[in-house]
Amino acid sequence: MTEEVHDVRLQVNGATHAVTVPARRLLSDALRHDCGLTGTHVGCEHGVCGACTVLMDGRPVRSCLVLAVSAEDTEVTTVEGLAEDTGEDDTVLSPVQQAFSDCHGLQCGFCTPGFLTTITAGLRANPDPTEDEARDMIAGNLCRCTGYQNIVKAVLRAAELTREGR
Amino acid sequence: MTTKLFGTRVPRVEDQRLLRGRGTYADDVLVGQRVLHAAVLRSPHAHARILDIDVSEVLDVEGVHAVWTFDDLTGPMAEPLPLLIPHPALTHGRTQFALAKDEVNHVGEAIAFVVAEDRYVAEDAVGRIRVDYEFLEPVVGIDAARAATRLVHDDVPGNVGARLEQENGDARAAIAAAPHTLSLDLTVERSACQPLEGRGTVARWDPDLGRMTVWTSTQTSTGVRGCVAAKLGLDLGQVDVITPDVGGGFGVKINHPWPEELLVPLAARILGVPVKFTEDRREHFISSAHERGQQHHVEVGFDDGGRVLGLDVQFWHDHGAYTPYGLIVPIITSTQLLGPYKPGAYRVVFESLYTNTVMVTPYRGAGRPQGCFVMERTMDAIAATLGKDRTEVRAANFIQPDEFPYDQGLVFQDGRELEYDSGDYPASLEKLKALVGWDEFEAFRAEMAAEGRRVGIGLACYVEGTGVGPYEGAHVHVETSGKVKVATGLTTQGQGHQTAFAQIVADELGVPFEMVEVTTGDTRRMPYAVGTFASRAAVMSGSAVHLAAKAAREKAFRIAAEALEASVDDLEISDGVIRVAGTDSAIDLGTVAVLSNPLRYAFDEASKAATQFSVGDPGKPPVAEDDEPGLEGKDFYSPERSTFASGMHAVIVETDPDTAEITILKYAVVHDCGHLINPMIVEGQIHGGVAQGVGGALYERMAYDESGQLLNASFMDFLMPYVTEVPAGIDIDHLETPSPLNPLGIKGAGEAGVIPSAAVFAAAIEDAEGIPITAMPISPSELFTLREAHLPEETA
Repeated sequence: MTEEVHDVRLQVNGATHAVTVPARRLLSDALRHDCGLTGTHVGCEHGVCGACTVLMDGRPVRSCLVLAVSAEDTEVTTVEGLAEDTGEDDTVLSPVQQAFSDCHGLQCGFCTPGFLTTITAGLRANPDPTEDEARDMIAGNLCRCTGYQNIVKAVLRAAELTREGR
Repeated sequence: MTTKLFGTRVPRVEDQRLLRGRGTYADDVLVGQRVLHAAVLRSPHAHARILDIDVSEVLDVEGVHAVWTFDDLTGPMAEPLPLLIPHPALTHGRTQFALAKDEVNHVGEAIAFVVAEDRYVAEDAVGRIRVDYEFLEPVVGIDAARAATRLVHDDVPGNVGARLEQENGDARAAIAAAPHTLSLDLTVERSACQPLEGRGTVARWDPDLGRMTVWTSTQTSTGVRGCVAAKLGLDLGQVDVITPDVGGGFGVKINHPWPEELLVPLAARILGVPVKFTEDRREHFISSAHERGQQHHVEVGFDDGGRVLGLDVQFWHDHGAYTPYGLIVPIITSTQLLGPYKPGAYRVVFESLYTNTVMVTPYRGAGRPQGCFVMERTMDAIAATLGKDRTEVRAANFIQPDEFPYDQGLVFQDGRELEYDSGDYPASLEKLKALVGWDEFEAFRAEMAAEGRRVGIGLACYVEGTGVGPYEGAHVHVETSGKVKVATGLTTQGQGHQTAFAQIVADELGVPFEMVEVTTGDTRRMPYAVGTFASRAAVMSGSAVHLAAKAAREKAFRIAAEALEASVDDLEISDGVIRVAGTDSAIDLGTVAVLSNPLRYAFDEASKAATQFSVGDPGKPPVAEDDEPGLEGKDFYSPERSTFASGMHAVIVETDPDTAEITILKYAVVHDCGHLINPMIVEGQIHGGVAQGVGGALYERMAYDESGQLLNASFMDFLMPYVTEVPAGIDIDHLETPSPLNPLGIKGAGEAGVIPSAAVFAAAIEDAEGIPITAMPISPSELFTLREAHLPEETA
C-alpha cells in the first residue's frame, strides 16, 4: 500500500516551504513537522481548544482542521511570524506578545500561540475593544492555567500598545 | 546596590521564549531529524479477556517498522508496572502491564504498540490489528463497586483495594453525648486535569556511548529515569531524562512510568532510530488518569455554639482499575478534611475501590477539594440547624493563632504527623468578610429580590499541606563570565520557576537577575530530585536554591577575601562585584570563579584579570584537602514535615429563576502562603486554580455509561471553563504567616485556588435556592431537577 503524495508550496511567515505530503496531512502537522515551526501547538485535534490557531490570509483558523494541501496559495502566519525581525540579535515582540509579557498572560505557554494569533486578528478587526469585547475575542480558546484573568487584561493592554504606535 | 527581588513582581524570563513560539515541549524535540512515530492500540472494552491478538496484517503497511504486544516483552518489561507508593493499608494493590496481559480492565488500556514512519501510518497499522475478546461484565461507579456483585480483579474480594482508619479521640462517643447531631451524605464526581499538552515521550539510543536520552512531558524526570533504567535493564548512569517545557501538568503527569514512557525507549533501542509518542486528546481522556470521584457519609455532634464535639466520616474512593500511585488521594481527603478546625474528636475511615474505569492519580488539590466539600458542607449544615451565621460557626471551631504548631493527632500523606506549622485563621476570616462584603449581603439580597433576582453567598475555608518532602536539591555554578547557572532537579510546567528561583539566587548571591539562568528537570544537571507536585516546588527547590546560592556566596567571599587581602566580614557583594566595604578594593565574581580553579590557561578576559591576584599558599597543594575547584554551591533541603498554607474563598452567585443558570457575581480569595517570592506569579496561580475550581464545581464530570464507555472523551463534550465561564474579576487579599520550617518562610501556592471551589459554590447555590446541595458538580439542568424535587415539599 503506497500513499499518494502531493507537492505543496506553503507560504509561511513570508517564506516559501516546499513540502511533499499525503492529502490527509493536517496543516498543523505540516507546519510543525515538515516546516519545523513548532510554535503552533496541537491541544485537541478537533478544533475546540484553539491552541493550533494560525492566520490564513490574516484570518484565524484552526490548523488542526485544515488540510495542508488546501493551504497552498494562502499566506499563513504562525506565532513565529508575529514578532518583528529587526535583523538584530533578537526579534521585537509584537504589541500582543508584549502585552502578554506585561500582564502575566501565560503560564505553561502551550495555548499561548493560539491566543496570540487570535488576538492579533481580533485587534485588527476591533482595535479598541471594551472589556466585554476583549472577553468575546478570546472566548473560543481554552487555557487551563491562567483562569483568563490576565489574558483579558493583555487584550486591552495590546490595544493600548497598538494605539501608542508600538 | 542590587535591589532585593524576593517579594517583587519580576516579569517572567521564560515568557520571552514561549511568546515567540520557541518553547520546547516534548513533541518539539528532534523535529527536522529522522524520528519514528508510535501509536497504541487501546482496548475498546472496559472489561474483557484477551483470547488472541493477530498482528499479521500490520507489517504489510508500508512505513511500519515494528509492532509489540505483551508476548514480545521480556524480563522486567513483562512484569507489572511499579506500585510507586505502597502503603500497608493497600492490601490489594494492582498495577497494569506496559501492554495488557490476558485481560483489560478499562477502555483505553494499552494492548499493542506500533512504530512507523509517521503517526498517520502508525494509526493505519493499529487499525489492522485483530483482537479476540471474551467480554466480561464491567464494574462502573462507586455503587457497583460497593455492591461487588462483580469483581474488577478476580483476586480482590469486594473490589476493596484498601481500607484505612484513623481516629483522634473517641468520636462516636463524643457524637452520642453531643446536644445536637446531624448526618450528611455528600458526593463529588470524577473530573480530570486535562493539561492542554497531553503526554509525550521521545527517546534516542546512542549505541556508541551506550546512553539512552529520554525527553518526556513529566512532573518527575528523576522518577522516569529510575523506571526506564530498571525496566530496560540499563544502569541508572546510562539514562538521561530531560524535561524541557511542559504544557501543563496539574497532577496527571506525576504518575510514572506510563506504558509509553517505557515502550518508546525500548523501541528506540531496538530499532536504532529515535522514536516519538505524542498522545492525542481522546487518548488522554481514556488512558491517562482522573480524580475526585468519592462518596462520603458524615456523622457530627456539636454544642449550642456550633462547636464540633465529635466528627465521624466514612467515605468510598473510586480509584479506577489500578493503583500505581497508592492511596495518596484518599489519605489527603481523610486528613485535610479537618481544614482550619479542631473538632473535639475525629474518626475517619475510607475504602478505596476498584472499578473498570481509568485509574485515579492526584489532580490539582489532590483529594482536598472533596475533604473541603465535606467539612464546609458540615459547617453550613450546623449553622443552618442552629440558625447561626455561617462565619460564626467556623470561628467557633478555628485553631487559634497562639496554638501553633498544632498537632491534629493524625498521620499525613507523607507518613509524618499532621502538624500545622503556622497560620492566623481568625484574621483571614475578617479579611474575607470585608473583601466580599459578607455583612452587607442581606441588604444586597433584598435589593436584588426587589428586582425579582435570586442571589446567594457562600464561603469555604481550607488548609493545604504543601512542600512535602523528602527533599530537593540545587546546584549553583558561577562561570568565569560572571553568569550564574542554576539547576534544580524538579520540573516546571508553567509555574514560573525559572523566574522565581532566579530571584532567590540573585538576592542571595548579589548578582543581577539577568545573569542568572535556571534549568529544571534535567537529570544530567541534577540527578537527585523528587518532582513538581503538592505545591512543593517553591518550598523545596526554592529553599534548596537559596542554600546552594548561599554556599556559592560563602566560597566566593572566602576566595575574594584572600585575593583582596581583606577579612570576609568586611566584604559585600552587589551587581556581581565583591567589594571591601567603604573602599575601592573590588573583584568581579567572574574573576573569583577563575581564581577558584587553579588552571594556568587564560581563556577569557576574566582569566586575564585574575592574573593580578594571587590566591593560595605556595607551600600547599593548589586545591586544599577540604576544597574543590570551581565556584559552585550545591545543597539540599529536607524538611521535618509539610508546611500548611491556608485560605478562604467566598462567592456571590445569581441563579436564574427560569433556566437555573448559575452566574458568578463576585469572587473573593484570602490567601496565606507565607512570604511571597513573586506576587504576580502567586496571583496567577490563584486565578488558574479558581478557574479549574469553577469547572469542577459547575461543569466537569466523567460521563461513563454502564458498560464503562466514557461518553464525553473530547473537549467537545467534556466541559471546561472558557473565559465566558470564569468570574470577570477575582478579588485577592494576602495574609503572610511565614513558615518556621524553611529559611525563606514560604508555603506552597499552586493548588489552593481549586480546593474550596465545590464547597463555596454549593454553599452559595444553597443560599440562593434554599435547597440542600449535597452533590457536585451542579449543572443548570441538575439544579432545575432539584428544584422540581423540592417543589412538593414547599407547596405541601
